[in-house]
This record gives sequence, C-alpha cells and structure tokens, in this order.
Amino acid sequence: MKNIKTILLLAVVAISTAAFTFKTDSGYLVGDTIEDFSLKNINDTMISLADYKDAKGFIIIFTCNMCPYSVANEDRVIALDKKYKSKGFQVIAINPNDPKASAGDSFKDMKARAEEKGFNFPYLFDEGQKVYPKFGATKTPHVYIVTKNDMKVQYIGAIDNNSKNSDAVSEKYVENTVDYLLAGKKPTKTTTRAIGCSIKVL
Amino acid sequence: MKKSILVLSFFLVFFSCKKNAEKIVVVDDFKPVKVVKNYNYEQLKPLLEKDDDTTYIVNFWATWCAPCVVELPYFEKIKKEYATKNVEVLLVSLDFPKQVDKKLIPFINKKKLQAEVVLLDDANEDFWIQAIDESWTGALPATLIYNKKNRKFYEQSFEYETLENELKNFLKL
Repeated sequence: MKNIKTILLLAVVAISTAAFTFKTDSGYLVGDTIEDFSLKNINDTMISLADYKDAKGFIIIFTCNMCPYSVANEDRVIALDKKYKSKGFQVIAINPNDPKASAGDSFKDMKARAEEKGFNFPYLFDEGQKVYPKFGATKTPHVYIVTKNDMKVQYIGAIDNNSKNSDAVSEKYVENTVDYLLAGKKPTKTTTRAIGCSIKVL
Repeated sequence: MKKSILVLSFFLVFFSCKKNAEKIVVVDDFKPVKVVKNYNYEQLKPLLEKDDDTTYIVNFWATWCAPCVVELPYFEKIKKEYATKNVEVLLVSLDFPKQVDKKLIPFINKKKLQAEVVLLDDANEDFWIQAIDESWTGALPATLIYNKKNRKFYEQSFEYETLENELKNFLKL
C-alpha cells in the first residue's frame, strides 16, 4: 500500500513537472496566471503592472519600430489606448527585439518613434529579452489581454481581422474582448492569428 | 605614350565588360518578371497539397522581413542542387499588395530569383494561418515541406544545412 502511494506521488510530481516544463517552453495560454515584470519605459522609469492600482486590466502588445505590420497597427494601438484607458484597461507596449539583431529597435529609436507618434502609453524595452519568452510571444504585433484582479490571460492574438488595412476591418477582436470583460461577461473569441514579424534575437 | 595607355585602357574596359556580359548569359538564364500571380487562400491551397511524386518546399516570406531575405539564397540553392531529384520550391510572398510593383517585382529581378514567387493576398488571416498549419502563430519566416507521405511545418529561420537535412528526411521516405 505504501509503495503504491509512493508511486502515485512520484507520478504526480513527474506529471506536474512535465506540465510546468511545457508551459515555460510555449508561454502563457488563455486562462494562465501571469507573473508581473519590471521593464524600463521610454521615459527612463521602471514600470510594473502592479503600479496600476486602479486598473481593471491590461492590453499588453508586443510590438516594435521596424516591422511593417507593427507600423500598420500603430494608429490602432493609439486608438485602443484612447478608448480604454479611462475605462480601466491600460495599453502596455513592449518591444521584445534585441537591438543587436534588429537595427532601428534600440531604446533611443523607441523613444524617437514614441515621440513622433505621440504614444500616450508605456513603451517598454524588454532588456535581455526575458519577458517575451514567458508570454510565449512569437511575433510583432502580438496582443495579450490580462485581467488585473486575477492576473489571468483572457485573450491572445491580433488586434482585429485585417492587420494590413484598417479601413477593411470587420471584426475588432481586442475591443470586443475588452467590452465583454468590462460587462462582466466571458469573451467569446479568445485566440486569433495574424501575420507578423518574428521576434528578432541573436 | 599617353595615347597608347589610353587605347590600352579602352581595350581593358571593353574586354572586361564583354567578359561580364558573357558571364551573365552563361551563369543563369533569368528572365525578368513583370507580374506576380496574386492568390487568395482558396487559390493557393491546391499548391499546398499536391499528391504526386514531388517533394515541395513552400517558404512564406516578404521583402520587408529581414530574416526571410537572409535565408532566401538557401531556398534558391536547394532548388538548384535538387533540380533533378523531384524537389520544387515555391516562394509565397506576404508583401503588401500595394508594394508588389514598387518592391516585390524589383526585388525578384534584382536577386534573379529562380524559384516561382506568388503573392498571397487574403485578409482572413485568422482562418488561413491555422488552415495551413495548426502550430503556426503567424510569424515570418515560415516554411512548409511536404510530399504525399509526409508533411512538416517550421515557424523558424533556416541555415542551408538544416534546411537540406530536413529535405533529406523527406527524400528518404
């Protein structure tokens, strides 16, 4: 009997270790709890999600200066910030690229781009490229919507259904998800896909 | 004396130009492209599931994608090296449609790409990305290798050796 118990215990340990390993490899899935981070913002201050005491949630967008798909979505990110900041969902942009692997994505370049476009939200530099693998982000742009009270991932994917042409959008994935969450409802579409630029690391 | 040097240098210039011109003709028979076929996913799909004796390498790329441009020569080399071994290379560009004439076609002609290039212009990315492969999150570059016995999708960049090793696994089957 004791032996069986030991075997069962070992099995549980083995399975949970395997599950944990799997999660670190592929990053967060919808429903997972995320770890907070501390990254440098373009105004040289460090930003954590915990800093946003009154936020209901976050629209975390891995994006960069150089990817045409990121650039094509910049105005949409600005619009999301405008619409949802006052409602409690804060846009947090994170540049996951290693500037050594992507000319034009240095901290200085990020400051310049944010200034040029008038970003009214944090644009964080993932120094050492340590945060994006935890999320499992693979490309720019790549959006994660997280609720603050439980720090759970509610949505992973694209901003809307036409990444190349904002005039032809017929379904606004991020807006729909945040609207559902604000209304206390469960979002219906929790993962979507769009073409993007691979994250640049050496 | 000055005159003869001048004449000599004229000869040299003329000779080296001629040599270069000959070289181009001999090395490749590239014909500049004027148009690139524009497909939606339904039109592209048959090219991703051919059921014959050929092994197909389908690379998803764009001129604006730096790592894609870096690995393009490896796909070109594979096409050349395996020309007699029933291997075909298709380059599916995800360039913005409005940049086909300005960027994509000049790029093909400048690089003298031998593999066929088609444009995939289909806004319904949420549908066709996972239809092409369940594991694809949408990052470029990405590559599909398939024949009638096997099929694998790679959301990654390739070196020539790693690409060739993958291909060899398909040819062994």
